[in-house]
Amino acid sequence: MKAYAAILSAQFRTLLQYRGAALAGLFTQVFFGLVIVMVYEGFYRSTTTTPPLSLAQVVTYTWLGQAMLGLIPWNVDPEIRNLIRSGGVAYELLRPLDLYRLWFTRCLARRSAPTLLRALPMLALAYAFLGMQLPPSWTCLLLWLAANMGALFLSAAFTALLSTSLLWTISGEGINYLVICMIILGSGLQIPLPFYPDWLLPVLNLLPFRGLFDVPSRLYLGHIPPSQALPVLAHQFLWTLALIGFGRWVLARGLRRLEVQGG
Amino acid sequence: MPCILAENLVKTYRRSQRQPGVWGALRGLVHRQHQVLRALDHISFRIEPGELVGYIGPNGAGKSTTVKLLSGILVPDSGRCEVLGRVPWQDRIAHVARIGVVFGQRTQLWWDLPVIESFDLLRDIYKVPGPDYARRRDELVGVLELEPLLDVPVRQLSLGQRMRCDLAAALVHGPDLLFLDEPTIGLDALSKLAVRDFVRRLNQERGATVILTTHDMDDIEALCTRVLLIDGGRILLDDTVEGLRRQVSPERRLVLDLVEEEGDFGDPQVRLLRREGRRVELAFDPNQVPAPALISRLTARCAVRDLFVENPPIEETIAQLYRKNQG
Repeated sequence: MKAYAAILSAQFRTLLQYRGAALAGLFTQVFFGLVIVMVYEGFYRSTTTTPPLSLAQVVTYTWLGQAMLGLIPWNVDPEIRNLIRSGGVAYELLRPLDLYRLWFTRCLARRSAPTLLRALPMLALAYAFLGMQLPPSWTCLLLWLAANMGALFLSAAFTALLSTSLLWTISGEGINYLVICMIILGSGLQIPLPFYPDWLLPVLNLLPFRGLFDVPSRLYLGHIPPSQALPVLAHQFLWTLALIGFGRWVLARGLRRLEVQGG
Repeated sequence: MPCILAENLVKTYRRSQRQPGVWGALRGLVHRQHQVLRALDHISFRIEPGELVGYIGPNGAGKSTTVKLLSGILVPDSGRCEVLGRVPWQDRIAHVARIGVVFGQRTQLWWDLPVIESFDLLRDIYKVPGPDYARRRDELVGVLELEPLLDVPVRQLSLGQRMRCDLAAALVHGPDLLFLDEPTIGLDALSKLAVRDFVRRLNQERGATVILTTHDMDDIEALCTRVLLIDGGRILLDDTVEGLRRQVSPERRLVLDLVEEEGDFGDPQVRLLRREGRRVELAFDPNQVPAPALISRLTARCAVRDLFVENPPIEETIAQLYRKNQG
């Protein structure tokens, strides 16, 4: 385990160097967040039915989304992609390490470091100036943190699976496009899941994507009450295990047909 | 027990073929044609502990494929192979812990981290005990003169510096067997000498077994006791460097510096290769005429200021072998 921890820490420190990118991202996210908030305000002013979340809750949900954007597994790990394209994957296989665990570790760093770098200033800004609310109780805050840890592992499992598909496709562009749409809609990042029509909700609740963002955010809001936290966290956990299992299986198959690129 | 035992290794690749033109590209979407390339075609050899073997061949001959099979990264289609008493691809993790590999065209160091942090990471990855690590690291740092480089991020190193660091990185865990895949590629003369010197000492002083693939024949001449020549996935030759030369042409070169520009060398047993001013290059076969006899005959005929006998450059020898194989 020490080896993986050391690699995680090294990757994490490397990724923390990209402060410029984080700053640029912050501006973009403030801009898009404001646009989304304005759309919701217009929508709430003209609606005749009672929405499933209050306006204040939706605004908070929106800023949470802008803060936790880095946690969403919307692409393959660029480093694994480079390794596969250049043949550097040979060096990965020369380590006395389990390749899936090694890649999972890479993905863990890929999803956590940029998120940490972006989330803290974004949250601070949103609390101070942009109408974001604190969670209703300490329990909600703790559950949000726990669910985010779960979301991190779920996201890393997704990223590892997507990255493994590169052993077949090499480029990864296709997979990225395919997945982006499902993940953005299914995780609640675009619209909070309670806004979806009733007939679609059971499907969305079954799929793994909500564990990435909707579950942590609604635990934060108390919209999923703490008494119901256990089943949703279990849902997140079980999907993580399933994706890890599937990712391992795919990787084992990929390695059997592996051709290391380049001489 | 041999260090490496390979018997009838076969490895094929399938490559999908593209047909030319738009129509061909569209047809390719529906029906792909595959071409089967035989990268290794029944390769067999054995290597004993402590040997320093040169593994040479033209581009695409199957060198890298062999190294990847022996290091457990790839699985062959058929054949038997044991390295350090293990089948490499069956127990990859245990196997790679005992070997070191350097791919000259790539680095195994962490691009953004200082060199020393890469070494520390490798210590954790290979579970090297603390005291062993400190001793080995200090020794490598000393021999390869890495001290001033340790705190530099890898991306800022020159190629020669990086290669020295990569060599050290491959040895941090004290492997029994070292694969060097073109370790001197792109290096300047001084760095090449440093790398060669290090590899030679490693082999002679520590008895490390080394497999060296290269296109640089000076590497081979400077380092190797034995050469394996591969082309088209087959082993063409398995011999000493001397044997390699004899195989193609026993010819030697005689270079003479004359006192005067005039002089006749119409000897039936020599071939005139080049004549520039006072310098004359001759080729002869030592089996037909021994060098001392030839020299005394020639020096009797005209005044010679200086002379030396040499082997033809090994590049030419190898090129002849490649041509022979393709012809």
